[in-house]
Amino acid sequence: MTTKTKARANPERAPLFVGVDVGSSRTKVAVLDARKNLIGYDIRKSGTDFTATADAGLEASLTMAGGDPQDIAYAVSTGYGRKNVAYSKETKTEIGCHAKGCYHYFPEAITIIDIGGQDNKIIKLDEAGRRLGFKMNRKCAAGTGAFLEEMSARLDIPLEEMDGLARNSREMVKLGSFCTVFSATEVLENIRGGKRIEDIVKGLFFSVIKRVLEMDSLSEKVVMTGGVVAHNPFLVEMTAFQIGRSVLVPRHPQLTGAVGAALYALDLGQEV
Amino acid sequence: MAQEKEVVIRRLKTAKVMNQFMADYYYELDEASKSDNKKVAWCTSVGPAEILRGMGFYTYFPETHSAMLGATRMAVDLIPKANAVGYSPDICSYLTADIGAFLEGITPLSRAFPGIERVPKPDVLVYNTNQCRDVQDWFAWYAQRYDVPLVGVETYRNVPEVTPAHITSIARQMENIVEPLEKVAGRKLDMDTLKEAVALSRECSDLWEKCLAAAAAVPSPLTFFDGTTLMGPAVVGRGTQKAIDAYKLLLEELEERVAQGIGAIGEERYRLYWEGMPVWGRLSMHSKLFAGLNANVIASTYCSSWIFTALDPAEPFESMARAYTELFIVRSDDYKEKYIQDKLEFFKCDGIIYHDAKTCPNNTNCRYGMPQRLEKKTGIPSLVINGDLNDLRLLSDEQTKTNVEAFIEQLEERK
Ligand code: SF4
Repeated sequence: MTTKTKARANPERAPLFVGVDVGSSRTKVAVLDARKNLIGYDIRKSGTDFTATADAGLEASLTMAGGDPQDIAYAVSTGYGRKNVAYSKETKTEIGCHAKGCYHYFPEAITIIDIGGQDNKIIKLDEAGRRLGFKMNRKCAAGTGAFLEEMSARLDIPLEEMDGLARNSREMVKLGSFCTVFSATEVLENIRGGKRIEDIVKGLFFSVIKRVLEMDSLSEKVVMTGGVVAHNPFLVEMTAFQIGRSVLVPRHPQLTGAVGAALYALDLGQEV
Repeated sequence: MAQEKEVVIRRLKTAKVMNQFMADYYYELDEASKSDNKKVAWCTSVGPAEILRGMGFYTYFPETHSAMLGATRMAVDLIPKANAVGYSPDICSYLTADIGAFLEGITPLSRAFPGIERVPKPDVLVYNTNQCRDVQDWFAWYAQRYDVPLVGVETYRNVPEVTPAHITSIARQMENIVEPLEKVAGRKLDMDTLKEAVALSRECSDLWEKCLAAAAAVPSPLTFFDGTTLMGPAVVGRGTQKAIDAYKLLLEELEERVAQGIGAIGEERYRLYWEGMPVWGRLSMHSKLFAGLNANVIASTYCSSWIFTALDPAEPFESMARAYTELFIVRSDDYKEKYIQDKLEFFKCDGIIYHDAKTCPNNTNCRYGMPQRLEKKTGIPSLVINGDLNDLRLLSDEQTKTNVEAFIEQLEERK
């Protein structure tokens, strides 16, 4: 889904700072120049060989940035597979990286809601960008990207069509269950009951939002990130409606963790 | 690739003494259970053990056995066996693991102590519900299986302040169990032996308290993870001289470490408090995880649960009633909050970890807003990790790791 323009190699751009976010579902790579500009990035399925995926992601991002591996001053990895990245010199948690990445785009006191493939996070930052606290969802995948993927498979609807369907809902179907399996049963009951698929999908979005909002309270400014947010702008609109205020979304919501890791790389690279 | 750094954890020499203590204890019980004239009583971990000593019972504590089932990770396969006979996966996984082990006819004791084939058969079971109701159900199951009497004390819950009315009521209940126990023992309660047991328990408790307090030193000579095994004699051996001797040695070693400025881990940059039960099957993993991040979990509510300062040989029943009701687990949230706040200050903690143990709400104190309230009061950050004491199906190691690492990053930002 990423469209890339190949930037011209520019010797002035070196050194490069790389952040890699190896999530359970997607691997994201971000390349920054010394002025913190995002000049290359890549998003691809993590697959089973994290090391190879991270390598391929780096190669693609460097091509986009017009850089070479030897231009890399420092690389930091994060995410589920953070220990599997061969070229990373340091690891940071995804909580830290999302915080840093979001604060880069919105330097103020914020609450970050990240809806990832297999976990959700809520991170609170003060006005200086320091973490005040964070929450990760519990063991269950309900309310995460995995939940929507599972439902799209069961309903036989391509994942990328869900946003459009939800947007066309006229009367949302309310799903009451916590659990992915029970929700699936509820969905089937609703299909049998003749409910419109659009209304069911909106109901699924709403249940994701509910799961997230019950994790923690929110401060005034709310930022949303993650793959689910990147692909489902309507879910963001629904969240804004639900909390009664607008929601900020960075330009590349799926890349925030990788950008945060690259910003750590910049800090650490400049220290050495 | 980022290098994994070497983790330094300095083991205490006295740990061997404690292990020997536990071995002797189990062999003695095994022998008692095989003999015709010795009587074995099963007792809950904060039950009235001193009364049993006053009648010459050999006392076995099933919770310690369950903790072994957890630590050896045998529990994971055994819990489902108890689930299958009607004990829900949502209730105490000490209970389910232990009953599962019984149904399967296995015990970690035989692995740890060659020659011991089974847990000692009880002649009577004695509970105190001060910790939870699960112990009563648990013991009731065995009472039926073994066809032996079950006696117990039913305690108040959520107690803000222990009043004379509480003491009178509990002391009477304790007195009331004497007669049925005497029948099983075939002898009268010897008041002098009881008083002596109370005095010895008190001395053991005072020493254990001092050992735990040694962790206030910077760096701390002790970790919570050490504490969970070092506390064995305080649980099973209270009321005996041998337990006192063991803790004197431990205290000596801890004081020596403090005097020399030797910490329990390589580098102690962060000092943490642990609220809740340990994850028995992950003790070693967790201790390495924290030590690897230069964080020392130095103190806990859990290890302090076997401190019984109220015990007084001059008033054995009343003081036992007080000591076993004053416990943290019996108390109201206001009391608990104040207790933890004092500990955070005493141990100079930078953060607090709450273990939300799925199957033990009684030792889980983060479900009614306490972390938020305490954080507001003290400014000390907190982290809740989801898990369980014995049921490893209820935790994700990866999530725990990420949570803990992120928490330490958060503390680092504040330094
Ligand atoms: S206090 Fe918790 S762990 Fe202990 S016996 Fe009761 S329910 Fe089980």
